[in-house]
Amino acid sequence: MHTEASAVHPSAHPSAHPSGAACGSCPIYHAANLKKLGINVDHWDYVVALAGNPNTGKSTVFNRLTGLRQHTGNWPGKTVSRAEGGFEYGGKSYKLVDLPGTYSLLSTSLDEEVARDFLLFGQPDVVVVVVDATRVERNLNLALQVLEITDRVVVCLNLIDEARRHGLQVDERQFSRDLGVPAVPTAARSGTGLPDLLQAISDVASGKLVTKPHRLQNEPPALKQALTRLTQAVEAALPGLPNARWVAMRLLEGDEHIAEALRNGELGDLRRGAHPEQSNLVLQLKSA
Amino acid sequence: MMKTHAPTGPVQPSPSPSASVEGVLALAQGLRQEVGSNFHDQIAEAMYHDAARIADRAVTRAGETPQATLDRTIDRLVTSRVWGFPLMILLFTLVFWLTIAGANVPSGLLAGLLIDTVYPALHAGASAVGLPWWLSGFLLDGVYLATAWVVSVMLPPMAIFFPLFTLLEDFGYLPRVAFNLDHLFKKAGAHGKQSLSMMMGFGCNAAGIIATRVIDSPRERLIAIITNNFALCNGRWPTQILIATLFIGALVPAHLAGVISALAVVGVAALGVLLTFVVSWALSRTILKGEASAFSLELPPYRPPRILQTIYTSIIDRTVFVLWRAVLFAIPAGAVIWLSANIHVGGASVAEHLVNLLHPFGLLVGLNGVILLAYIVAIPANELVIPTILMLIVLVTGASSVGEGAGVMFELDSGTGTMALFHANGWTLLTAINLMLFSLVHNPCSTTIYTTYKETGSLKWTAITALLPVVLGFGLTFAVATVWRLVAGG
Repeated sequence: MHTEASAVHPSAHPSAHPSGAACGSCPIYHAANLKKLGINVDHWDYVVALAGNPNTGKSTVFNRLTGLRQHTGNWPGKTVSRAEGGFEYGGKSYKLVDLPGTYSLLSTSLDEEVARDFLLFGQPDVVVVVVDATRVERNLNLALQVLEITDRVVVCLNLIDEARRHGLQVDERQFSRDLGVPAVPTAARSGTGLPDLLQAISDVASGKLVTKPHRLQNEPPALKQALTRLTQAVEAALPGLPNARWVAMRLLEGDEHIAEALRNGELGDLRRGAHPEQSNLVLQLKSA
Repeated sequence: MMKTHAPTGPVQPSPSPSASVEGVLALAQGLRQEVGSNFHDQIAEAMYHDAARIADRAVTRAGETPQATLDRTIDRLVTSRVWGFPLMILLFTLVFWLTIAGANVPSGLLAGLLIDTVYPALHAGASAVGLPWWLSGFLLDGVYLATAWVVSVMLPPMAIFFPLFTLLEDFGYLPRVAFNLDHLFKKAGAHGKQSLSMMMGFGCNAAGIIATRVIDSPRERLIAIITNNFALCNGRWPTQILIATLFIGALVPAHLAGVISALAVVGVAALGVLLTFVVSWALSRTILKGEASAFSLELPPYRPPRILQTIYTSIIDRTVFVLWRAVLFAIPAGAVIWLSANIHVGGASVAEHLVNLLHPFGLLVGLNGVILLAYIVAIPANELVIPTILMLIVLVTGASSVGEGAGVMFELDSGTGTMALFHANGWTLLTAINLMLFSLVHNPCSTTIYTTYKETGSLKWTAITALLPVVLGFGLTFAVATVWRLVAGG
């Protein structure tokens, strides 16, 4: 579908699309394009997941887009399970899933597993990684891990107003180039930047914008070699698996959870072309 | 497992998938030997390296800003070794004092409306349409009055407390509290994140137990679950606030009564925190042995709270939610209380028999039969303790001139009326103090017990969570009563 293509689309920067910042600040424009659906999502065209470190404003973004009022609080670890809602934008309907805030996807705590399983088995059409613009470096750790799992990513540089108050300048173009996915500065509390975020989500979901995600480059040579060999083996065993490299990485680490998913065929079902409803079914059963 | 493995659509046929999967796993096993055990560290290092490079290219930092300096100044103060704890106590006392002082008037107004006006009107209506006495008694005196009492006594304090608490949360203060408490948890052999689930427990223990999901070690998570009940949940404040106001506030001159009552409530909450540490420590050295694991806690920047929005959402999401739950439980409980007071066996009501049965043990631990029965009736919701106690006293002492009749829950117009009732039942300062202690240390409500079962999936740990505090509570009240009697020479 999208993995083969390589060039970063020029509209990775939000102001490149026709509805620029000037329109975006206009409430009529916003209201005309976004329809908040609350929890009333029976059918959807795309599934969007919200991932990010704790306390980066994920729940605020979630509430802004869905019109729901999930409780938000200024402290890490507030959302421990998934919340779901929906919105309509540009004639398409989206299901939005707010994942628990985590610093990484590598440990075994329940909240990290919920987030990781959704990214892997839920196969969202777009993953929005909410990054705290005041703590870019630390937040990037999770963003890079997500980019290893999926290439359909939009980075939301949230709390940009706070970053400016702290005297930080974030160059979202540079950021977007380095990560190979669109990066949109937002201040979700006041709603700034959300129209651009919506447009970026829609572009990635529809495939209009093709990403070229950053992959780790600085592994030691021995590691790189082992990783390449194992990735090829995974690809040979399960042709079309979208995250072969990440699966290889987990296997090298000795992740029993992933080995098990490989054995019982759960991972095999994620191959491109498998029916999307199936993975939703898996997800629902897993969360039950 | 969950579905059959039958790929559909244009998937290339792969040669015997299970065989090649085993091949991949074998290769992985072999390569793991080659790469060595520090794979995780190597990957993490590569990631940190990339993150640092990308961040460095995209973010430029101007000099130190006033905002950052202000944040650091506040942090130095609220997390300081010297000032951290006093400030914490001061802040929570202020919150409780505002709640106690502010809730009186609206509580009185609501009681006047629901109980003095609507209730007689409903009775008049019932007799006009000719409802039999037992039906109107059951519906109005039991179900309606229980519900009305819960609404009038709980809504105002919650409508004040929750927004205040949410403002502190929005501002970013709670993680600092967690920071202050962290090293104490570590000393107790528990996980530092337990301070976060404990803070949630001050709102609702069931929510606090769900919040323990952030703790990844099962051992430390169980400690957090078992001890969450020592965080004084919102259903227990009405008891604490009423008893502190009537008995503790009365010990000092009127102008100090509000502050002293608030301090008494804070003292009980602080005792709960202390018990959390002591019990965590004991658990981590007996049935849940192990080392505490490290974790990093991010102190978020202070954010100016959006006051109006906070008040709105905390009233809608928390106050109404908790109130609705209380009402749901109050309805059947009110019915049960009315029935037990009106079904007579051998010359006395079922309720009287039970009170007499429990009374000797109650006295032994500085409580009484009425209180113990009230705690059994109120297992579904702690909010029901005070109304049940009042109703049972009327039954047992026969002080029917105060109440509305057998099995009728009522709200007394003033504190002095309630006080007269307590005295008629032989309550002393010891009874009041022990009731406050027992309210802190007793079994969790049925919702919390059920949540514990769902989170642990184990009957054993659920039973420990439910029973440990009851045993501790009786031990504590018995000790206090014994010392009290020795000192008082009784």
